[in-house]
Amino acid sequence: MASKDHSYTGPILECRDLCISYFTRAGEIPAVIDFNMTLEQGHSIGLVGESGCGKSTVAMAIMRYLGNNGAIVGGQVLYKGRDMATLSEEELRQLRGNEIAMVYQEPMASLNPSMTLGRQLMEVPLCHENIGEKEAYDRALQILSDVNLPDPERIMSVYPHQVSGGQQQRVVIAMALLSNPSLLLLDEPTTALDVTVEAGIIELIGQIASKYNTSMVYISHNLGLILETCDRVNVMYSGVVVEGGAVGEVFDHMRHPYTKGLFGCIPLPGADKAARPLVPIRGQLPLPHQRPPGCYFGPRCDFFKEGLCDREGLKMTPVPDEPGHDVRCRRWQEIDWSTYKPEGVGAGATQAGEVVLSLNNMKKYYEITDNSIAAMISGKRVRHVKANESISLDARASETVAIVGESGCGKSTFAKVLMGLETATDGEVFFNGKDIAQQEVQKRSPEQVGSMQMVFQNPFDTLNPSHSVGSQLARVIRKFGVETDKDRIEQRVMELLDLVKLPRDFARRRPRQLSGGQKQRVGIARAFAGNPSTVVADEPVSALDVSVQAAVTGLLMDIQKSYRTTLIFISHDLSLVRYLADRVVVMYLGHIVEQGTTDEVFAPPYHPYTEALLSAVPIADTSVEKTRIILEGNLPSVTNPPSGCVFHTRCPRFIGDICKTEEPPVVTLGDGHRIACHLPLAELQSMKPVISLARAPQTPAAE
Amino acid sequence: MTEQAVAAVPRRESSVLRFAKGLALIRESWVGMVGLVLVLFWVFVAIFAPLLAPFPPNATGAPLTLPGGPSLDGSAVHWLGTDQLGRDILSRIIFGSRQVLLYAPLATLCAYLVGIPMGLAAGYRRGLTDDVLSFVANVILSFPVLVLYIIIIATIGASGTNIVIAVTFASAPGIMRIVRGLVLDLRNREYVFAAETRGESPWRIMLVEILPNARGPLIVDACLRLGYVVITIGTLGFLGLGLPPPDPDWGGMVSENRQVAMFLPYIAIFPCIAISSLVLGFNLLADGLREVSLRD
Repeated sequence: MASKDHSYTGPILECRDLCISYFTRAGEIPAVIDFNMTLEQGHSIGLVGESGCGKSTVAMAIMRYLGNNGAIVGGQVLYKGRDMATLSEEELRQLRGNEIAMVYQEPMASLNPSMTLGRQLMEVPLCHENIGEKEAYDRALQILSDVNLPDPERIMSVYPHQVSGGQQQRVVIAMALLSNPSLLLLDEPTTALDVTVEAGIIELIGQIASKYNTSMVYISHNLGLILETCDRVNVMYSGVVVEGGAVGEVFDHMRHPYTKGLFGCIPLPGADKAARPLVPIRGQLPLPHQRPPGCYFGPRCDFFKEGLCDREGLKMTPVPDEPGHDVRCRRWQEIDWSTYKPEGVGAGATQAGEVVLSLNNMKKYYEITDNSIAAMISGKRVRHVKANESISLDARASETVAIVGESGCGKSTFAKVLMGLETATDGEVFFNGKDIAQQEVQKRSPEQVGSMQMVFQNPFDTLNPSHSVGSQLARVIRKFGVETDKDRIEQRVMELLDLVKLPRDFARRRPRQLSGGQKQRVGIARAFAGNPSTVVADEPVSALDVSVQAAVTGLLMDIQKSYRTTLIFISHDLSLVRYLADRVVVMYLGHIVEQGTTDEVFAPPYHPYTEALLSAVPIADTSVEKTRIILEGNLPSVTNPPSGCVFHTRCPRFIGDICKTEEPPVVTLGDGHRIACHLPLAELQSMKPVISLARAPQTPAAE
Repeated sequence: MTEQAVAAVPRRESSVLRFAKGLALIRESWVGMVGLVLVLFWVFVAIFAPLLAPFPPNATGAPLTLPGGPSLDGSAVHWLGTDQLGRDILSRIIFGSRQVLLYAPLATLCAYLVGIPMGLAAGYRRGLTDDVLSFVANVILSFPVLVLYIIIIATIGASGTNIVIAVTFASAPGIMRIVRGLVLDLRNREYVFAAETRGESPWRIMLVEILPNARGPLIVDACLRLGYVVITIGTLGFLGLGLPPPDPDWGGMVSENRQVAMFLPYIAIFPCIAISSLVLGFNLLADGLREVSLRD
């Protein structure tokens, strides 16, 4: 209904002592406990926490959309002063999508694949307001240009799969905005997107907030994003808010040990694997039905005091002199952070050895045969996808080489060629002195295979669910011929479990009995079973929670150091790369655009793409000042890459026709720092740093 | 590391025990329990047929005795009556369960033994292997099933073994398709890549890495398929292509007495009830297994 009450001036949303439970076969499981929040008009609140902390449940409860087995068991949700619990289904239906709109994580899953985008957009006003098709169409068109989508008419007439992921998410946001809602709930809206696309969406969300005066609840696991989008933040842990307040206060003067721990886990600028290593939070998140008494963070906290912290009835206490800043901790006033020196997991400096792996102009093209009739008539049946183009790089013993790039840049193809799952189209790949470019894995000797192994990305997929952890490790040991005797193999399995710091009785467990981080540890143990000289890690921690990420990264570096392994670290997370890599290779559409030592790549001169990537990474540090560079347009398709410099279609420093027609020369600056760009040397060298610190960086170890 | 440390790690439980534990989960679905009870009832009947049946299956007495009527010598009761030749219908149903419960699982097993490798090869190797196998499967599946059975049995003769052959030939393509579909998904899992990157042979990857993870849907499908095979055996018996007489065969019993079924419907109805209760049992069991496996 168009009768929206815009004269209301009180808080848009209030949650008072909200308790939410799920009812399962195992009984009642409290998902969110004692949740309080007040959202004023035009403000935005961030909910941040690791998986399973209840942040999405809060969003669903606000919509009163908890499914069959969820219920609000205590407290109230007040929307513009009205208790949501008293509303009828019909009133709720009017509210949802009209006054309260939601944006979900997976844009492809939120759009109906069998309807045109225009029809889906028009549904919103047609359903909620008494208007005609024509007006609905005009409104939809208008909103599409408001979310900065190029060619809105075309977008209106196509189906979801015909636009890119970033565009899909913009359409979803447009749909949420169509009815001019008073409250926008965003549940990890950029998690599925690439960093440069994410930067665009974040900028858009910021514009919307100021233009429409919409109040927002922004849910994320990424502290950096919260800093960029929100005024206030609630840090959640295992169903409770442990700390809440203005973003600046919480980020600069955090009081709760968990918040402190969370910041210690993320690689902020200034963290360094040798001097200031990351500090993982020990233990793991308690399951909802196994929460400890008193403070839920107790068992993982360094300041736990028996008899005090495990007493029930823990409430939020306000921090004096900082209005609105509350902490759920009994000891926060006693803790002296200046003397707190937690032990980090770093590796210390390593000395790079001889060259182990050397790629020389390696190329990998895939052939695609087009069987359509049109292709048969025109005769252009075979097309080439240039997944990797002229890759040249060296990796030395005990060195970490990071391969950085967004989806479709050819990182995975690169890994496949190294592992022998694909053979190179051209060029050489020297591994321990032998050219393995044309050697499939079956043609390699067990020693060769064992000395180059891989750590995979998805912890839920990396282990075979049908076999026990022990038998999977034993198979690898037997396959690589490390041991042949049955008892010796078992002993080696135990040693591997020790190596990745897992209890020995995990050997007989099934993968589903392990947490994500534990599975990833087993994956690392498997990769190191054959005493490899090189390990390729494909986004090994990107699917893990922040606190677990730090521990797994630390473990990986630790093992790498003691075995002097070469680590090829494939990642899109530039903060992590800066933290652990010795050298960085930046890829875009199958080409290496820049490579050099970590310091060289992260400081000017940059390749324009590296510059944009660096600017896009959200950093959870209030003292960091960034130059904003938002890349326009979409990632071009690999089947039809742009001519000349592949980056020219999106390049903010595009200089003219030369970029379109000629492949850029590789400019060598200093020792091994190479940039493939047409920009004149003088201009490259006059670049300013993207990230600068306004004051000394804050890390837990530094205080 | 000391030897005690190795020994302290308990051995993994036997696969038999784990299977039994998995089966015990069916208790949580009452639909599945009803199915299980029906199936176990017929298994029990088949095993103890000689003890349960009041008469030998081929012994003749007074023809067309009504249900509950006495036998010729008055020493026993024909609980379900007798057929045209005076054979006790209850006893023939009891002994008939042996035939069904021998050939239906055997035929299903054979169909899986052929269908699974075909599906694994087609789904994992893709390319030409897939094209050829899928083409063969499509050709077989394009025949009406009944015509296919009649052609096969008419060619090679009616016997228990030939029923198994016919069912295998007609069902394996369907199984191949299911397995192929599952493999197409499972082959992209990272543990399969991990096996490939350590140079495992393709058949080891298919059988050890992929197949065990497809077992859930396959067990449910096997249960459903058992039901279909029971119907098939009944149909073949009815058409006179089943087990050769005089051995009791549920489908054959319906067919032998269909001339009098108009007046004495019980003669045809009781074997029909036997067939449908067993089929229902398998179907409900499949439903229950699916329900249980979808939880958690």
